[in-house]
Amino acid sequence: MIGEELVQLLTPEGERVSHPEYESSLTNDQIVSFYRDMVIVRRLCNESTSLQRQGQLALWAPVQGQEAAQIGAGRALAPMDFTFPTYREHGIAWCRGVPPADMLRLFRATSNGGWDPQKYRHSVPTVVLGNQVLHAVGYAMGVQRDGAEEAVMAFFGDGASSQGDVLESFVWASSYNAPIVFFCQNNQWGISTPMSVQSKIPLYHRAHGFGFPGVRVDGNDLLAVYEVSKRALDNAREGGGPTLVEAYTYRLGAHTTSDDPTRYRVDAEVEVWRHRDPIERVKALLVREGTVKASYFDEVAEEAEGLALQLREDVLAMGKPDPLTLFDDVYADYHPLIEEGRREMVELGVAGGEH
Amino acid sequence: MATTTMTMAKALNEGLRRAMEANKKVLIMGEDVGKLGGVFRITDGLQKDFGEDRVIDSPLAESAIVGTAVGLAIRGYRPVCEIQFDGFVYPAFDQIVSQVAKLHKRSDGVYTMSLVIRLPFQGGIGAIEHHSESPEAYFAHTAGLRVVSCSTPEDAYWMIQQSILHDDPIIFCEPKCRYWEKGEVDTEHAPHGLFEAVVRRPGRDVTLVGYGASVRTMLRAAEAAEAEGRSLEVIDARSIAPLDLDTMAASLERTGRLVVVHEAPHTASIGSEIVSALSERCFYSLRAPGLQVSGYHTPYPPSRLEEEYRPSVDRILDAVDRVMGFDA
Repeated sequence: MIGEELVQLLTPEGERVSHPEYESSLTNDQIVSFYRDMVIVRRLCNESTSLQRQGQLALWAPVQGQEAAQIGAGRALAPMDFTFPTYREHGIAWCRGVPPADMLRLFRATSNGGWDPQKYRHSVPTVVLGNQVLHAVGYAMGVQRDGAEEAVMAFFGDGASSQGDVLESFVWASSYNAPIVFFCQNNQWGISTPMSVQSKIPLYHRAHGFGFPGVRVDGNDLLAVYEVSKRALDNAREGGGPTLVEAYTYRLGAHTTSDDPTRYRVDAEVEVWRHRDPIERVKALLVREGTVKASYFDEVAEEAEGLALQLREDVLAMGKPDPLTLFDDVYADYHPLIEEGRREMVELGVAGGEH
Repeated sequence: MATTTMTMAKALNEGLRRAMEANKKVLIMGEDVGKLGGVFRITDGLQKDFGEDRVIDSPLAESAIVGTAVGLAIRGYRPVCEIQFDGFVYPAFDQIVSQVAKLHKRSDGVYTMSLVIRLPFQGGIGAIEHHSESPEAYFAHTAGLRVVSCSTPEDAYWMIQQSILHDDPIIFCEPKCRYWEKGEVDTEHAPHGLFEAVVRRPGRDVTLVGYGASVRTMLRAAEAAEAEGRSLEVIDARSIAPLDLDTMAASLERTGRLVVVHEAPHTASIGSEIVSALSERCFYSLRAPGLQVSGYHTPYPPSRLEEEYRPSVDRILDAVDRVMGFDA
């Protein structure tokens, strides 16, 4: 089903396998640490789903099943690299250092962004499919003009792969040899639209038509995603131009908390992918190789539990913003209609804060 | 005072050149802007002098021209995008409305969307379809954007530089049928702020407001009306969003009669906005309802019919008759 061109360094059973072109460079410490990342991201994601079910979030976009794709790519990034996410890149945001509560501001409906994108070198969430990929290419063209040794990573999914903006991004990046990695998480479903409707060829094959390399990596294999991402980022930084990485993975949960996947996909398919769980296979590796003490897994789970509780506390403390912030940062400079709106709201006696 | 006579096309070219000399972060990007110098030659010679990295000949996709400009702006550049013709801006509409307009807000002010989107607009050059449209209202409607239009070479020279210096994204509408008209340009002092309306001809009886190509038409109408003993005040709005309502209201308070002239269909147009806003401000001074002379509610016609479609001196004078008629 997946095909022999898939780069895999760790089987679903947690066994290391060799690949002619890629070899895992991760130290045991790194694998242990990235395992922790994945467990925490999943726990925070589950907490967020619960918060939505309890009426505390307007929406949540679960990342469950894609943790290896995101931690593998996120940890392959260098500090000065810049990333352009969708609304589901919680694992990438975690790797960039975005505080978990800030990731939820969009979903708590207190902000349309949530964090300082320059501070974390992680752009604000983009909800319109594919728009951010062009921004990433433009940013990469800026990096090029600055002569900086930085790479840019653009995130999108199989759904957005049909968007004109994504395909135009391929043209631009190729024409200008931009230092960018297109990281496509193919999670098989664009809400209810299956991959078979999006493309008749493997997505990574598209790159060849645009004149740059494409690689399909087992998106549930932390080791492989890390190596493929790292090589593509290094190549971009060294002036080698763009790469399309197709992380072949699966959205174990719903598209968002408003979705009902039982209407369009069968349980048997989900079950197949549960056996390829990205976290379980790293755990199996760590157990198999005796890298950590048995108590390590409980310690990580406990830490994740604590972070989830903290997230819940932080989110519940996020009140309604001061209504007058409506008028902040719409423009960088004076605008009469902004002042008029602000004045009207003040005259109406609309008070700030929670009420 | 250093004044030079030049066409609007040359004035834009000189303005762009000066902005590029002043700041290395200023880039020009678009279709055919380099070697060819743009289909209207507005960027003529700039690639030769500033290089291919600063005057970027792009592949042919408007969404990407604007979308990559957003990324460059995030990186600290000040891109000036050329959209070849008004009717080709719509593939970039998504990027302009969903990203250019909103990223400053979405990033809590961290991102500066310091980009200018140059848009040759309005008709009058006998072109085929999609080359003569007036899409300014789509952009004026969107919070986060500013929309301006020049009507003289001097304004073109200064307004393009002021737009590039400004930190908000600006849709810069150029009346393409005026590109080849000459005028005096003071290259030392900017005569007006970017968002100020300007009285181009003082008058007593009726206030005419318009922008871009319509300014010249209004001035001709005012000359014709003078022969009939009517005194028309002509205001060049210059800034379409935000509107300089103070300047317009000061005129309307005196004349009591308003005619707005533009080439777009009148429904939900800049004309509608001006009439509505000034009716509210100047209600007790009005001696007649404000009228619009605009394009009709049809697609822009085959250009053999464009002089019937576009506001003409006769149609403006007819509207003047109508607002004067309310005094009877």
